[in-house]
Amino acid sequence: MNSKALPYLLLMPATLFLCVFFLYPFALVAFEAVTRDGAFTLDNFRTMAGSWKFPVTVRNTLLLAAIVVPIQLAMALLMASVVSQLESGRSAALYIFAIPLGISDLAAGLIWLAIFDQSGFLNTLLSSLGVVDRPIMFLGYQSKLTIFVAVALAEIWRATAIMMVILVAGMGLIPKEYHEAAEVFGAGPWKRFVCITLPLLRPSLQTAIILRVILAFEVFAVVAALGGTNLPVLMGETYNWQFTLQDRNVAAASALLILAISIGFTLFFLRVLRVPKEARI
Amino acid sequence: MSAVAEAPVAATADARKAGDWLLVATTILLCVWVLLPIYLLLVNALSSPDEVTGFPKRFFPSFDLGSLSFFINFAGVARALWNSVLVATLTMVLSIGFGAPAGYALSRFDFPGKGTFRFLVLMTRAFPLPLLALPLAVMFIRTGLDDTAIGLALVHTTLALPFAVLITFSLFSGIPVELEEAAWTLGCTRWQAFRKVILPLALPGIAASAVFAFTISWNEVFAAAVLTIENRTLTAFLLQSLGESPLYLKFAGGAALVVPALLFIFAVRKYLFAMWGIANR
Repeated sequence: MNSKALPYLLLMPATLFLCVFFLYPFALVAFEAVTRDGAFTLDNFRTMAGSWKFPVTVRNTLLLAAIVVPIQLAMALLMASVVSQLESGRSAALYIFAIPLGISDLAAGLIWLAIFDQSGFLNTLLSSLGVVDRPIMFLGYQSKLTIFVAVALAEIWRATAIMMVILVAGMGLIPKEYHEAAEVFGAGPWKRFVCITLPLLRPSLQTAIILRVILAFEVFAVVAALGGTNLPVLMGETYNWQFTLQDRNVAAASALLILAISIGFTLFFLRVLRVPKEARI
Repeated sequence: MSAVAEAPVAATADARKAGDWLLVATTILLCVWVLLPIYLLLVNALSSPDEVTGFPKRFFPSFDLGSLSFFINFAGVARALWNSVLVATLTMVLSIGFGAPAGYALSRFDFPGKGTFRFLVLMTRAFPLPLLALPLAVMFIRTGLDDTAIGLALVHTTLALPFAVLITFSLFSGIPVELEEAAWTLGCTRWQAFRKVILPLALPGIAASAVFAFTISWNEVFAAAVLTIENRTLTAFLLQSLGESPLYLKFAGGAALVVPALLFIFAVRKYLFAMWGIANR
């Protein structure tokens, strides 16, 4: 076989697959969003934005991302630093920290349901401590704030691992000599972290933040498990348009909105956390 | 005199000791944060239905299998479990079958179009891929793929394929090309050299990325719920019965999702960081 053709032959199945199942449906969803019965229209977007739930939905999704992602970033940095400092038990700690990476968002929602449910463990703890007389209804339709807190906690619990793993891999690339040199010149642990680790970690931080922000806009099953319809989010509304309301054009418009927000934030973080080529290690 | 000289030394030693304690305490705290919620879910899954709905809760399981046997015997659960395994296995086979050749080509050849392909693969990560299940639902109805395991596996493969490509790319890059060249000079064809020299070395890593693909499919909720009706996977089944199912069914189902995931992550723990490390660039 001619070795010029070989790489293309090897790439062909994956490329064809991505064209049919990634590029094509992407074009299709864009097409469905701006047409109805074959004619071009923006009505689908108007219907979507005109729903009384829409402003709440957008606000919930963005607010959740804005609260969850910074906390996760801080926790992931803490976990990664702890892991890189540990001398014994390092791999055990890494495995434990990475566990939520393999857990479905639905399962994560159910895990936190076990805690926040009216007959759950949080109420058991509170009543045995004498803080409350009767179990509180944390997840009822009147307690939007506690639903939000429960969803935020479940999201933080579930998806910090993905950032942690990326940051640990990134920290492994920073040469040890830099830290040693800084220590010789008298820099304390905090100073070393701020002046060496953080700047050199920028490419990994960029990847971790982008990946996590996109996942944050996809939040769906955690909310379904904990809040039902009491805390509408974009992905859940898309699902509703498709199934409950049986209008796939509006569902496509809603999907396109999520795609647009995701791409917008990706470009934003690519720009803000840009790493000049010559500054890479 | 000597006391004065020793004082700063003792102070640094004290500071270091305090730092060590802080490190250990933080590690333990973070481990508890990850593990405690999972433990509480398992306590619920291993208690009788009455205990799960009762209040207050006990913090230790009674090892009553009532909830689990109710879950297993509940109409549709056995089939949903089987569907989950089937879809995940198909996803695993498809993503490695398409991804590994591409990864090999990227690691061994330089050719025009390489950059474009890598861009296509990386681009998939900037999109909320499960949304693409919406337009595909219509396409699948036309082609008869709707509500089938293979149809859903194709969508899950778009999620898993980019990882399979990047992971196998880094695996093959880690195997010196000289080994292959030595085999060629000894009379092996390109295929023989690959099969007898490279494949045995890459096999553990390929197995790990296969497990990873399996996990991605096993955990996916949105596309599964959109694309299956009769042949629901476990995640789709649990999601759609959230509204009416009793607590003990939810928690037993959650445990059924979590326990295999724990094993999967344990199986690939050595490769997690290599996987995400290379996903950085």
